[in-house]
Amino acid sequence: MPTALERTLIVMPALNEESSVGTVVHEVLSTLPGVSCIVIDDGSKDGTARAANSAGAEVAQLPFNLGVGGAMRLGFRFARENGFDNVVQVDSDGQHDPAAVTALVDELQHADIVIGARFAGKGTYVVKGPRRWAMTLLSAVLSRIAHTKLSDTTSGFKAMGPRAVALFASNYPAEYLGDTIEALVIAAKAGLTIRQVPTEMRERAAGAPSHNPVKSAVYLARAALALLVGLLRPSIPLPGDAS
Amino acid sequence: MTLASYILGVVAALLVLLIVIEMLRRRRLRERHALWWLIAGVLALLAGLFPKGLQWAAHLVGVQQPTNLVFFVSIAILFLVCLQQGSELTTVESKTRTLAEQSAMQELRIRELERQLLDKDRLSSDPDQG
Repeated sequence: MPTALERTLIVMPALNEESSVGTVVHEVLSTLPGVSCIVIDDGSKDGTARAANSAGAEVAQLPFNLGVGGAMRLGFRFARENGFDNVVQVDSDGQHDPAAVTALVDELQHADIVIGARFAGKGTYVVKGPRRWAMTLLSAVLSRIAHTKLSDTTSGFKAMGPRAVALFASNYPAEYLGDTIEALVIAAKAGLTIRQVPTEMRERAAGAPSHNPVKSAVYLARAALALLVGLLRPSIPLPGDAS
Repeated sequence: MTLASYILGVVAALLVLLIVIEMLRRRRLRERHALWWLIAGVLALLAGLFPKGLQWAAHLVGVQQPTNLVFFVSIAILFLVCLQQGSELTTVESKTRTLAEQSAMQELRIRELERQLLDKDRLSSDPDQG
């Protein structure tokens, strides 16, 4: 029986991350024994694919930018076609600590989706203003429909078990914020169990979340719209349940 | 304004909103394409429900006939939707072109790989015959 990590595929969506993707891939492969790693180059204009490839990752190059949701769906389909049970999404900018993947994958024994959460007591990640309100709103509503406390619903650090991979391989939203918010709504409505594990985020290699109030307000509106649309839409049955 | 025309205005606006939301719900329309229609529906509903508000808005921007403001805003929204669709079509066309190029180049690579495989087969089977 292969270990849980050997049955796990790390999917890393990357857009113009030439400077960091190599280090992250290297770190993932050296800290997680037996794990496989695919980088989805989401239409980068720089040497992202080359850097990822020479660090030892499998690389899939999209001919143009599809967004994180589109890139992740390719990752889920690749996992299905190559017999991986679990998928872990890790950012290619180095903000997620690969050592925490083990904790997420362990927790998959009790859940279908495990979120690496930034605000669950570990680490020092601070957000203010409309962005803060958006996160509070999302966390309140999603916690309710998932029947568990979720404090960081827009985290890009997530582990998916076999049932979630099967569901997402055909139904992963490509809309902005859809890959986080609507995906969780789809999963909760399909009856999947969602848990969170506190994780510490590292300083991003480049750039910080925007503190421009107008942008934050637009973010709040878009998050609310994504949530509303997700809730309005009919639930998608789990593949295989129908038969 | 008669009661019938008041009802007509409100019902028409509600119908627009209902159709757009139902299409969104059934994934027949993406959020970004639905946005202008949602704005149009909400504006039409407001104008239908509160004709006084429409008169106030017309007065505010110096339009003498409130209905002319309705026509102006409707045309402006239609214009914006057309413009957005033109821009989306341009993006889709350029993506199709990229895909076609990629498919042609992959065809070339596959043919090259097949040729190399064939050559290798011939090389390895030749000594047996000789």
